[in-house]
Amino acid sequence: MKVTIDGIEIDVPKGTTILQAARMIGPEVAPPAMCYHSKLKTSGGYCRTCIVKVTQGSAANPTPMPKPVASCRTEVMDGMVVENFINKEVLEARKGVVEFLLINHPLDCPVCDQAGECKLQDLGYENGAASTRYEFKRREFEVIDIGDKIKLHMNRCILCYRCVKTADQITNDRVHGVISRGDASEISTYIENVIDNDFSGNVIDVCPVGALTDKTFRFKQRVWFTKPVDAHRDCKVCSGKSRVWLKGEEVLRVTARKDQWDEVEEFICNSCRYDHKKTSDWVIEGPSPVNRNSVISQNHYEHLNQLKLQVLKQQKALGFMPLDKKP
Amino acid sequence: MGRKVLIQNDKIPGINTLEVYRANGGYASVEKALKTMTPDQVTDEVKKSGLRGRGGAGFPTGLKWSFLAKPEGVARYLVCNADESEPGTFKDRYLMEKIPHALIEGMITASYALGAKVSYIYIRGEYFYVLRIIEKAIAEAYEAGWLGKNILGTDFSHDCYVQVGGGAYICGEETALLESLEGKRGNPRIKPPFPAVAGLWGCPTVVNNVETIAAVCPIINMGGEEYAKIGIGKSTGTKLISASGHINKPGVYEIELGLPVEEFIFSEEYCGGIRNGKKLKAVVAGGSSVPILPADLILKTANGEPRLMSYESLSDGGFITGTMLGSGGFIVMDEDTSIVKNLFTFARFYHHESCGQCSPCREGTGWMEKIIHKFINGTANESDVDLLWDIQSKIEGKTICPLGEAAAWPVAAAIRHFRQEFIDIAKSKKFVDISHYNRLNKIVA
Ligand SMILES: Cc1cc2nc3c(=O)[nH]c(=O)nc-3n(C[C@H](O)[C@H](O)[C@H](O)COP(=O)(O)O)c2cc1C
Ligand code: SF4
Ligand code: SF4
Ligand code: SF4
Ligand code: FES
Repeated sequence: MKVTIDGIEIDVPKGTTILQAARMIGPEVAPPAMCYHSKLKTSGGYCRTCIVKVTQGSAANPTPMPKPVASCRTEVMDGMVVENFINKEVLEARKGVVEFLLINHPLDCPVCDQAGECKLQDLGYENGAASTRYEFKRREFEVIDIGDKIKLHMNRCILCYRCVKTADQITNDRVHGVISRGDASEISTYIENVIDNDFSGNVIDVCPVGALTDKTFRFKQRVWFTKPVDAHRDCKVCSGKSRVWLKGEEVLRVTARKDQWDEVEEFICNSCRYDHKKTSDWVIEGPSPVNRNSVISQNHYEHLNQLKLQVLKQQKALGFMPLDKKP
Repeated sequence: MGRKVLIQNDKIPGINTLEVYRANGGYASVEKALKTMTPDQVTDEVKKSGLRGRGGAGFPTGLKWSFLAKPEGVARYLVCNADESEPGTFKDRYLMEKIPHALIEGMITASYALGAKVSYIYIRGEYFYVLRIIEKAIAEAYEAGWLGKNILGTDFSHDCYVQVGGGAYICGEETALLESLEGKRGNPRIKPPFPAVAGLWGCPTVVNNVETIAAVCPIINMGGEEYAKIGIGKSTGTKLISASGHINKPGVYEIELGLPVEEFIFSEEYCGGIRNGKKLKAVVAGGSSVPILPADLILKTANGEPRLMSYESLSDGGFITGTMLGSGGFIVMDEDTSIVKNLFTFARFYHHESCGQCSPCREGTGWMEKIIHKFINGTANESDVDLLWDIQSKIEGKTICPLGEAAAWPVAAAIRHFRQEFIDIAKSKKFVDISHYNRLNKIVA
């Protein structure tokens, strides 16, 4: 099936969604996606950041679709023409969606563990306004524990349903993950009981924001000061293919590997995630690919020691006392 | 006087019982359909009748039925949407309360046409007393053999169940209704697939409004072509209108589509004019979600033609100068009504009823309510009008289900037609009295 997105044509198999087709072309036309996750069935459709305009429905029926559509949940038709970044209306609508996602968001990035690898930060940076038009009190929830290893900051949750689908699809028949309605909706606390299994930690990795964080990593380090490497170990429960975040020789955390779109490649088990925090537990394959625009890439960790020396040199030159040597 | 085919017998004592209902011609459509027609012939009659869905969207019913997928060996379902929760709409309740067998009869005839062995009536949680009435009617129908195995000695067997909702407006949206019916949280599904292909428990399903299903009986009795002669143009048949607000005679009226709006509001046969000799200010013609129209535009279209109670005439002029027939919730406001105050009620409702799945509706409905509340408590600025306009435009058309639009349209229309009222309030910085809410809340509590 031929589909044209922002003027670029591509041939895709039947059943491909607009978002998937756009990703096949590349990041220059791919809409941002907060709730779709390629490894989760029936994900997507909720956040509405991926909306695009279909200016021609198909070759057989060329009428445009009246409303913008969620590209992650709309399958392509032969001869479909889609506009994303080249359509002003789409950009304006997306700006609206981003504003809606942010009006009740605490924006406590300075104290949020997700900062630096947060999809909402990127989205806000690319599509958001400089200041808010929302003048009311923001919604607040208590910070709670979901099991002994996961923290839930409901204030930061964008209700993307990814964690719900993850819990649903890697455990038996989980249905409810959200309680209450409308803007009072929250991820339910009894998720704790239900996802008590070997793979529960994956909800942290699928969460696009800092709502679900790893308690064993909390406040230990800003991510851009750590060095992600792809590593593996011999694991009986999962594939053991993980991403290990190092600081010097120390393993600060272990996560699943993520692809170009920040989506988990393969779910990992809790044992790999929480119980193997020594470098010697892992066979290190090499530095993880990091997007050039990511703040993590600012950390030229290949030359970490060299970098440290340079900083010291600079500080000396400028007359600074190294921190640990302060009188 | 217009023709009536649905509630013409509502005043007959005992019409809620099977005996009296049957004595007045009840269940004739089941007899006719099961004994003399094939299922496809029943569908054809409904197609010919031009009947359009009475739940709000006005989609042609016969066409909807013909879209129903019919794979071999897979169950099909008919589901009746009796969740009626749109503010200003109470006609389904009237029909079910007064003539419950009209709905049961329609369910059987329609199920026969669709080949559904099982059907469900999903009824709004707050209608608990209507639930009892419907349950009683179903029991009577089983007793008399209208439901159950081999109805009237034919091969057709049918079971009808009632399911009561939890009182959420969103469960009136057909896919949320199906989720709720399956015992899940009432979140609208992302479409496609549509219920006609994968509905209840993944099986092909038709969801129809109470009034739509009840209208199938007169259609089969008199024939589709005859039914199509009632009404005007593509708005065939009759429609139940829930008339409320500042009129002398609020209530449920069955009108022949095409009745002039002016006649409906002012004639003695219907609303009987505006209460206390006041002037008409505005009308919300089809339930709280449709655009409000000022008096001049509801009585006459933009090109000066008399506005009629029909799908086409009410939507003449699009949303700029027109509105929609919707579910037929006709709310009349006199000259003393504050449009802003009324809008606050609506905005509060949609905020409260949003399911919260998609960001524009979840966040936008609450934001709009808060801004409109500023007008109520006298702290709004003129610029808030533009902000409101902008927010509603960013919700409309960007959501999973039409509740987003239902929340955005009333805001847009109130600003479009009554902008000056917002500006005046903003300038005056005066508190708008909403003490009636407190009284109301007390009563509810
Ligand atoms: C938020 C929302 C609430 C709705 N509530 C009702 C309702 O209470 N009753 C109803 O019949 N239709 C309701 N509808 C429309 C239904 O989704 C559906 O279109 C209708 O039941 C189809 O029946 P019809 O074709 O007979 O009109 C609602 C739609 C939305 C989006
Ligand atoms: S979730 Fe993202 S945007 Fe929100 S506070 Fe954390 S880093 Fe900032
Ligand atoms: S907690 Fe995270 S993954 Fe779960 S719904 Fe909220 S934002 Fe999505
Ligand atoms: S539009 Fe509102 S009610 Fe409908 S799915 Fe989205 S959040 Fe739920
Ligand atoms: S990514 Fe498509 S709606 Fe969220």
